[in-house]
Amino acid sequence: MNLAPLVQVDSLGRVFDVSRPWLERVTQRLARQYLVAATDVTFSIARRETFALVGESGSGKSTIARMIVGLIPPSAGTVVIDGISMSDRAQSASRQVRKRIQMVFQDPYASLDPRWRAADIIAEPIREFDLTRSRAATNARVNELLSLVGLDPVDGVKYPHEFSGGQRQRIAIARALASEPEFIVCDEPTSALDVSVQAQVLNLMRDLQDRLGLTYLLISHNLAVVRHMASRVGVMYLGRVVEIAPAKELFRNPRHPYTRMLLDAVPHLDQAQERQGSVEGEIPNPLDPPKGCPFHPRCCHANARCRTEPPAMMAAGSASVSCHAVEEGRI
Amino acid sequence: MSAPVLSVRRLRVEFPRRHETLVAVNDISFDIARGEVLGVVGESGAGKSLTGNAVIGLLEPPGRIGGGEVLLTGERIDRLSPEAMRHIRGKRIGMVFQDPLTSLNPLYRIGRQLVETIEAHTEYKGAAARRRAIGLLAEVGLPAAEARIDNYPHQFSGGMRQRVVIALALAADPELVIADEPTTALDVSVQAQIIALLKRICRERGTAIMLITHDMGVIAEAADRVAVMYAGRIVEIGAVRDVIGRPLHPYSAGLMGSIPKLDSDLDRLVQISGSMPRLTSIPSGCAFHPRCPRIFEPCAKLRPDLAPSGQSHVACWLYNKVPTNAEAAP
Repeated sequence: MNLAPLVQVDSLGRVFDVSRPWLERVTQRLARQYLVAATDVTFSIARRETFALVGESGSGKSTIARMIVGLIPPSAGTVVIDGISMSDRAQSASRQVRKRIQMVFQDPYASLDPRWRAADIIAEPIREFDLTRSRAATNARVNELLSLVGLDPVDGVKYPHEFSGGQRQRIAIARALASEPEFIVCDEPTSALDVSVQAQVLNLMRDLQDRLGLTYLLISHNLAVVRHMASRVGVMYLGRVVEIAPAKELFRNPRHPYTRMLLDAVPHLDQAQERQGSVEGEIPNPLDPPKGCPFHPRCCHANARCRTEPPAMMAAGSASVSCHAVEEGRI
Repeated sequence: MSAPVLSVRRLRVEFPRRHETLVAVNDISFDIARGEVLGVVGESGAGKSLTGNAVIGLLEPPGRIGGGEVLLTGERIDRLSPEAMRHIRGKRIGMVFQDPLTSLNPLYRIGRQLVETIEAHTEYKGAAARRRAIGLLAEVGLPAAEARIDNYPHQFSGGMRQRVVIALALAADPELVIADEPTTALDVSVQAQIIALLKRICRERGTAIMLITHDMGVIAEAADRVAVMYAGRIVEIGAVRDVIGRPLHPYSAGLMGSIPKLDSDLDRLVQISGSMPRLTSIPSGCAFHPRCPRIFEPCAKLRPDLAPSGQSHVACWLYNKVPTNAEAAP
C-alpha cells in the first residue's frame, strides 16, 4: 500500500486580472486591478479519504478545485498528484493522468449537454480514452455504470431534460466514473438538489467510495454535508486556508475564530432557538482585502498584531490553524 | 380572541390546460396569528411559493385560484380587483423575495424607492417620508443609514440588500409579511443575521410572518409553527418543536432524517426513494404513497385529510381513522 498522499497541494495561489479594458484605463487613468482568489494554500489528500474545503462564497474554494484538476493554471505553487506535477505541461497533458482525475459540478442542468443522450454522455470518456475494444463492450460498460449509480440501463436513451435533478447528478457521477478515476473533485455536488435527493446522492457517493476505493475532494458551503462526508476538513476564508483538522476534531473543538463563528451560524434543528453569540459583519470585498489577518475586522480576539501581520499556519494538536490569538494562547 | 391576521381556507390553485386542469395547490387551510411566524417548508414543486403568491394575488396567468378563501383579518381578499389588491400589497402585506435584486430597481437610489413606497401607502410625505425611510433602514440594521440611503442597490452586499428589501416590506407597517426563501441566496453567517432580524421584527412589531423555505434549519430557528407541504397539500402542521422533534407523517419523518446533522455520526442518511411527483401525474389517494415506507391498504385509494393527532394536525391514514366503507370507496 502506498502511504504517500495522492494529492499534494503546495503554496498554491491564483490572481485574476480584473482590470478595466485598456482604453478605459488610459482615458480614466485607472490602475490595473487584481483579484487574489487564493493565496498560499497548502494541504494534502491521502488515498481513499474525503477531504473537504468549506467556506462562504468568494472564499476561493472553487478556484482551488479548478486548479487541482487543471481547468485553470495556478499563478503560484504546485499541485502534485501521485508524484506527477500538474503544472508541468508535458506531464499533465498526458492522458494517463487526466483520466485518473474527474470532476462533478454543482449544476447538473448545466454540466450535461442537452442534445446528447445519457448513454452517449457516459460513453464519451470511454471512447475518448479508448477503454473498450468494441461498441458492444462500450454499451455494456455504460449499462454497468448506469446500474452502479442506481439508474435503469434502459434510461440511457433518454435526454437530460427527461431526468430529475437528482437523476442528472447521478448521470454526472456515472460520467465521472467512466474513465475509472481514483480521484474525483466534487464542487458543491448537492447544492442544487432538494434535501431528500441530496441524501440519495450523498449515500451513493459513500457507497461508491467504499466499493471503488475513490478519493474525494469535496467543495461545499454546507457544514452539515461536510461533517457527514469528510474525514478531514480545510476551512477557507478570503482565499486562505485558516484551519485544517480531522472532521471530528474540527466540529468538536474548532480553533480558529472564523470556524467557530461559522459553526455558530448554522441553524440547529434541535431547538437551540436562542443562539448565544451573534454573528457580525460580512465577508470583505476581495478586491480590497484587509491587511494582516483577513478575518480581523470581524474577529472579537483581534489585536494590533492581527491587523498588520498575516498569521502563518501552525500545528495545534491534530489540527493546524493560522491565528495569532491561538498561537499566543489568547483563546 | 381576535381573528387571525391571515386565514387560508381550502385554497386551491390550478393551471388550466387544453384538455385538463393541473392542480398545483390542493385544498390547503392554515391560520397565522399576530406576532407569529408560520414556516411553510417543502421541496421544489411542493407548491409552497404558489401558496404565497396566491395569498398576495400575484399568481402568473394562466395560474388561478380555483377555490377556497383567503382572509386578511377576517375580510376576504381573494376576490378583490387587481387595483384593490395592489393597494393591499405593500400597505397591509409586505413581501420579501429570495433575490433582493428582483425587488429593487437597479436604476433608483434605495432612498427614492423607500420614500415612494412610504408616500404611496402612508400619510408621511416629503421630508417626513425620508426621515421615516432612514428610521426603517436603521431598524433593519443598515450601518450609517443616513449616508447610505442615497446609494444604488449595486453598492450593497447581498445581506445588506436583503435588509433594504425588508425595510421596504415594512415601509407601511403591514400586518403580514410574506418572506419567500429570504435567506436562500445568502451565506450562512449572513443568513443567521437575517433570521435574527425577522424574528425581532415579529416580536417588536407584532407582524405576522409567513416564512416560505426549503431549509428545515431556518424553520427550526425562526418559526413558531410549521406546515410541511408535499405535492400541493399540507401533510403535517403543528408547533415547530413537535414537527421537528417528533414528526408524524412518514414524509416529514423522512425529510428530517435525510438532513445531515452537525452533531451525529450516522454512516448513512435516511433516504426517501424516488422524487416528488409531477403535476401531471399526482398519484391517487395519498400523493406520497408510492414513496412511503409505511404504506398500507387505504393509502392508494383514499386521500387523507388533515386531522388532529397529538399536538399537531397530520394527513395520514396511520393516524387518521380510516372510514369503515373504505373498501367500497372508488
